[in-house]
Amino acid sequence: MPQIFKPAANYIARGSLVLGLLAPLIVGYAVAAISRSPVNTKLQVPINQPVPFSHQHHVWELGIDCRYCHTAVETSAEAGFPATETCMSCHSQIWTNSPLLGPVRESYETDTPIKWNKVNKVPEFVYFNHSIHITRGISCNTCHGPMQQQHITYKGNAFQMQWCLECHRAPERYLHEDAHDEAHGGGRQRVFNLYWKIQSGKPLSAIERKEEKGEFRGNNGAEFKDKGRELIKKYGVKVQQLSDCAVCHH
Amino acid sequence: MEVKEQAQGRLDLDSIREKLSGQGGKRYWRSLEQVADTPEFQNWLEDEFPHRRSLLEIDRRSMLKVMGASIALAGLAGCRGPFLDQDKAVPYVKQPEEVVPGKPLFYASAMPVCGYGVGVLVEQHEGRPTKIEGNPDHPEALGASSAAMQASILSMYDPDRMQNVLQGTDISTWEEFGKVLKKALADQKATKGAGIRILTETVASPLMASALNDLLAEYPSATWHSWDPVNRDSVRMGAKAAYGKVVGTTYDFKSAKVVVSLDSDFLVTGPGSLRYSRDFMDGRRLEVTGGEMNRLYQFESFPTLTGTGADHRWAMKSSEIGSIAAYIANGLGISADGRPTPVDSGVLDKVIADLQANAGASIVVPGDDQPAAVHALCHAINEKLGNNDKTVFHGPRVDYGPEDQLSSIRQLADALKAKKVDLLLILGGNPVYDAPADLDFANLLVSAKLSVHHSAYFDETSKVCTWSLPQSHYLEEWGDVKAYDGTVSLIQPIIAPLFESKSHVEVLREFVGDARSGFDLLRSAYGSTLSGKAFDIALNAGIIANSTPKSVAISVTGSFPSLPAPVEGVEVIFREDPNLFDGRYANSGWLQELPKALSKITWDNAIHVSPKMAQSLGVQSEDEVILELNGATAKSGVWVMPGHPDDVVTILLGSGRTVGGTIAVGAGFNAYPMRRSESLSWSGGGKLTKGKGTFPLSSVQIHHSMEGRDIVRSGTLEEWRKDPTLTPENKHHLPDVSMYPDNVFNYDGPQWGMTIDLNTCIGCGACVTACQAENNIPVVGKDQVKRGRELHWIRIDRYYVGGPDQPEETVNQPVMCVHCEKAPCEPVCPVGATVHSHEGLNQMVYNRCVGTRYCSNNCPYKVRRFNYLNYVDNQDQFMVKEFDHPSPGIPMTDKKVIIPGKVTSEKTHGRSMLKMAQNPDVTMRGRGIMEKCTYCVQRINDTRIEAKKQGRDIKDGEIVVACQQACSTGAIVFGNVADKDSKVSKMRADKRSYLLLEELNTRPRTSYLGRVRNPNPEITA
Repeated sequence: MPQIFKPAANYIARGSLVLGLLAPLIVGYAVAAISRSPVNTKLQVPINQPVPFSHQHHVWELGIDCRYCHTAVETSAEAGFPATETCMSCHSQIWTNSPLLGPVRESYETDTPIKWNKVNKVPEFVYFNHSIHITRGISCNTCHGPMQQQHITYKGNAFQMQWCLECHRAPERYLHEDAHDEAHGGGRQRVFNLYWKIQSGKPLSAIERKEEKGEFRGNNGAEFKDKGRELIKKYGVKVQQLSDCAVCHH
Repeated sequence: MEVKEQAQGRLDLDSIREKLSGQGGKRYWRSLEQVADTPEFQNWLEDEFPHRRSLLEIDRRSMLKVMGASIALAGLAGCRGPFLDQDKAVPYVKQPEEVVPGKPLFYASAMPVCGYGVGVLVEQHEGRPTKIEGNPDHPEALGASSAAMQASILSMYDPDRMQNVLQGTDISTWEEFGKVLKKALADQKATKGAGIRILTETVASPLMASALNDLLAEYPSATWHSWDPVNRDSVRMGAKAAYGKVVGTTYDFKSAKVVVSLDSDFLVTGPGSLRYSRDFMDGRRLEVTGGEMNRLYQFESFPTLTGTGADHRWAMKSSEIGSIAAYIANGLGISADGRPTPVDSGVLDKVIADLQANAGASIVVPGDDQPAAVHALCHAINEKLGNNDKTVFHGPRVDYGPEDQLSSIRQLADALKAKKVDLLLILGGNPVYDAPADLDFANLLVSAKLSVHHSAYFDETSKVCTWSLPQSHYLEEWGDVKAYDGTVSLIQPIIAPLFESKSHVEVLREFVGDARSGFDLLRSAYGSTLSGKAFDIALNAGIIANSTPKSVAISVTGSFPSLPAPVEGVEVIFREDPNLFDGRYANSGWLQELPKALSKITWDNAIHVSPKMAQSLGVQSEDEVILELNGATAKSGVWVMPGHPDDVVTILLGSGRTVGGTIAVGAGFNAYPMRRSESLSWSGGGKLTKGKGTFPLSSVQIHHSMEGRDIVRSGTLEEWRKDPTLTPENKHHLPDVSMYPDNVFNYDGPQWGMTIDLNTCIGCGACVTACQAENNIPVVGKDQVKRGRELHWIRIDRYYVGGPDQPEETVNQPVMCVHCEKAPCEPVCPVGATVHSHEGLNQMVYNRCVGTRYCSNNCPYKVRRFNYLNYVDNQDQFMVKEFDHPSPGIPMTDKKVIIPGKVTSEKTHGRSMLKMAQNPDVTMRGRGIMEKCTYCVQRINDTRIEAKKQGRDIKDGEIVVACQQACSTGAIVFGNVADKDSKVSKMRADKRSYLLLEELNTRPRTSYLGRVRNPNPEITA
């Protein structure tokens, strides 16, 4: 009777032992990697919408303020989505026959809301408040990515907790716009009007350029952080408290 | 003390008495079981999972299956995107001007509670009402609310509500009904409506009264009857006997120094109780009054919360209360037929002397269950004492319709018997279930040619009627209602009707061919009085300004009706259920699960007896007993109630429903078949016998026992004057050392804390339900409560002092997470799911929790609650019994309640409907998650963000937590303890302030203020 196992089988056996031991680690790593990858987080994956709304066109080319549509962003936890009526305030006058706007007209006529696909979402146990971030001069783009460049809206950041904590643990690395700085157009204004500056051809600072691209990840420069600390003092931000669990989870 | 041998773990009341009498100093005890300390009780207490199924009972194969499944599923938790449906964002088509997404709106309205209105503010999230608060401008509410008001939000989203117009049990439409009605009315035209009968509940709505009067004007021979099983007949007839007419009597407890209550539960039940409890406690706030206190003498039968709040309490038969009224009247020089009194005349003379010493600043208040004669006597007594227009006020009658509801329903029954009724319209109420048993209403109703029931639920009456019409909830209708003092409130809808429902007024108007909508009817009714903007102002304010009628000076003219004879032998008392009332709230899971006052029983109604009577019967709590009375028999568990009068059996109305929703059906037994029209309040001739075995009642009384430590502090006014801290003599002080890390907060922000004043807490339970509504706390069901798994974040402990028969004192103590600065729960959590915030909150991080329950084990206050099952998603469990856990002694009834006309669609499915009632600002907790009081952190965060946006600090009193907001007596104060000028700091600095288990050095943020009673030093009770 010939031998069933050739000498090579030893290597296979050893190899599979090692692989077997490594398997949990590999699987664990894969799960972790997948859960952080755009497959799961949908990071920078454009989401199809019933109406192919372009932020790039409305915000950048036309220069419409964010708050024209997202009306609640300064007062409420939610930014708010525009009612069909808001779309129709222009589109009853222009592009009235565009087939792309069919669903908008239909919604207005039949009094049925448009069901947009949600792009940015935090889990249900997270209570994020837009208004307080806006009053602290955090630009829209810091979280949402380069909105003025998005044709079809995508997620600019994965909104995983680690990312939130980067700022909540060290806000001095992020705060640089004074909400009450009227001399420079007012921080609250500049949260929204970054694009205006670009359009008027004024030079952007390095940070502003980063924010424009949605790539601002804080600044470790001593001077920057000093200004940040000044703002923290001015706003009365209690930094220790910012990373208390119940600030976001309740 | 030697513990007597207990035979088979049964309670030996003699040894309990001996134990309690032999105590040196004061001893607080919670339950007879605790004092007896039987091995069963110890077992129950120490067992982590009472009634559990042993792990050994599971076979190896199932065990592996379960383990395998949990491992396989564990990895999926982190993945969201690929496996979940795309979330949708659905904006408005035309956004209403006032709506800001994410911000709630508040609307003023009024809730009719047993006819009388209480002003509410309704929180609405994007068109969805989620929470009820009291209207601060309303004379009764003053910003507070009751448990029933809190629970009304759940009733609106109740999927068991009648959803369609029903002919018999077949779905029909309003149009079809309109045709039938038109035909029936045409037949009545000739006889001027002689065959039309309308039966309402107590009506205090001017709009509805005018609709009824218009109908009666068109059909002059028609008759308006009214019936409420727990009604105010005696109040009305008492006034009529005394003054010759019905008046609306209100009391000013704020100005009263001495109050004598004759079986009245004025702090908790009846119109005006929210206001009365606030006013009464205003006379007891030592920190405000400077050491002065009013005094309450309570003569009562069934122990009530007002009785526990009293300075002196005497228990007697309900039929004997009249003799006390007569004695007081005679003592004041009013001639009344005297009777032997159950209380020593020497004591009563001292009460009379106290009343006389405080003439003009006293109140003698009779209970609604007492006969008209007692009420008339009290009117005379108050007049004699010069209380009228000082503490007792008489205005015009507040409600409408028949003055004597009992004779009214008797007349209706006679008419039905004589087959004179062609068209019977029943507006609300449930007479088949709750009319006096001797009228045999269910069989009489069949004789009406056309019987129409307009009701929120398809209930016992709907089943008998030919047509059933769905009634709108008060949050869905336009209307108006008068408060206890006659102030008119407007009711405005907060949401469009969820089902095909109409309001009473809309139905009534259909009878006179008026098809206008509820709004048009209301607007035109107030067309002249509230013209133009005034209507909007009244809507906005919730009350119509200056609508409170003026009180008038009147004097007693009539003679007094004779007092009913006291019952010989055993007296059976009928009382409305403290939570379910007459049965109208029986389908509310929140109110079923809210522990009943004093007995702390949930989901059931017991047969209450005194310890002595239990002893002579040879029964103990939760033994089965059989009560026979008036030809009806009831079988239920007996509840041995300290402080209950002897030779008296108390049964609660409102349970034992057979139709009317899945929660209502099957909970408790029905007491109405025993209640005859000649004995609505009490009855003689009852026979109580011991049944077979036990009848488990889900009482939360013994849950979370605190092992007899010094938890409650109380004392008399004299003791307080000597030692304002009320520290017990045997208090041992431990050195201030702790094994827990010394987290000194170097944090300059606010530090949250709370004080609870036991002196003003009446134990009503409004805070429990308010917390449940605010924090999305699910209902767990009777079976789970029995296992000690109730989820209420607040529990109200009840401690007795003194012997078991007539305890000298009963103290109510709300306990929720005390937010220890050195919290024992925190170091033991292996995953850091409970950690401290810089503002001093003991945070519970649901998304980290893995359910080890170590924190709960290590919590000395036992305030943590665990989701043993997926209660949130399984609220349907009350609709279809899904769980089949073997639990010894608890009968599992496979109740399949069929609700006619109920359409189970996506929209009306139980879970989807109930979801709408939930607070969007609080996370839902799933199975395996620990939860507890968060100090309403969502409200703190919201206020903090608003303050920060305005660039200021949070003001004192700006954050109002849910329990504090509901509390009618203001016993709960919340605020910043780091701010020395805040109200909470001042309350903490009060000498009465103490901490729970201070010796453990957990440094709780919630402190308690000891209770002070003001007994008459001349009476040694």
